[in-house]
Amino acid sequence: MAVDDGAQGKSYPPFEYEVGKEKIAEYANAVGEDNHVYFDRQAARDAGFRDVPAPPMFAVVYSAGAMAPAITDPEVGIDLMSMVHGGQEFVWGEPVCAGDVITTTAEVDDISEKGGMGFYVFSSVSTNQDGDEVVRGTWTNIVRGVS
Amino acid sequence: MNQGDPIPELKVTPDKYLPHRYAGASGDFNPIHIDNDFAQQVGLPRNILHGLYSMAQVARANAAAAGGDPRSLRRLEVQFRGMGVPESEITVTGTVREEGDGIVVVDAEAEQDGKKIIRNAEAELEI
Repeated sequence: MAVDDGAQGKSYPPFEYEVGKEKIAEYANAVGEDNHVYFDRQAARDAGFRDVPAPPMFAVVYSAGAMAPAITDPEVGIDLMSMVHGGQEFVWGEPVCAGDVITTTAEVDDISEKGGMGFYVFSSVSTNQDGDEVVRGTWTNIVRGVS
Repeated sequence: MNQGDPIPELKVTPDKYLPHRYAGASGDFNPIHIDNDFAQQVGLPRNILHGLYSMAQVARANAAAAGGDPRSLRRLEVQFRGMGVPESEITVTGTVREEGDGIVVVDAEAEQDGKKIIRNAEAELEI
C-alpha cells in the first residue's frame, strides 16, 4: 500500500472563531442567500433567532482554521497539488448566530487507497460558547496517483 | 412534500468575479479558483468554482424547498465531480426519496453545461 495510514485517529488542537454580523452578510452575498434574516437583526429576532444567523454552509468559514492544520499535516502526507475535494457532509445542530464563539476540533478519521487514489477522510465537531453542538463535518479529500 | 415529488429547481449563473468574492468570504484563496493563468498552467480549462460554493447552492435549493428557514436543513452530504466554472448557468434539481416523522430526505444534484458537478447529494429536511 502506497499511502501511509499512520496518522489515522490523530486529532488537532481546538480552533476558536468569533462570528461577526458583517462576515455573515459577506458570505450570504457571495453564495446568493437573500433571506432578510441574514442581514437584519430585527428580522432575525422576529424569526426566533438570538441574533443574525449564519447560513448553514457558513460552517466552512468557522471550520477552516481547524481543518487546515490537519489537511496540511506532513504526518498525514497529502500532496496538495494532486488533491481534490471529493465529498462533504454536514450535520447541523443549534443555529450559529452573530456573536457566537465557535470551537472546532478536527481529527483524521480514515486513510485508505483504492484504484491508485488515496482517500483521506477527516471529521470535525463544532460547538458554541454554551457547549451546544452546532455542526459535525466529514471532509473527504482524494489524491490522485499515489501508487 | 411527498415521495417522488421534485423540489423547485434552483438556477444560478455565477459571474466572472464570483470566485474572487467567494474566496474572500470563505478564506479559500487557492489560485485554481482565482487565477485563470495559473489554472490553465496546471491543466484546467480555466479558473474553476469552489466546490463548497456549488454545495452551498444545493443547500440553498433544499432549504428553499422546505420553506426557506435555514433551521430546516438538518444534514447535507454531497460528492464533488467534474468542475464548475464561472459564467455558465448551474441548475440544482432534487426529488423526495422518503418522508416521515416530520423529516424529508431529498436526492439532489447540480449540473452545468450538461455535466454533473455535484452528484449523489442527500439532504435531510425538517418540515
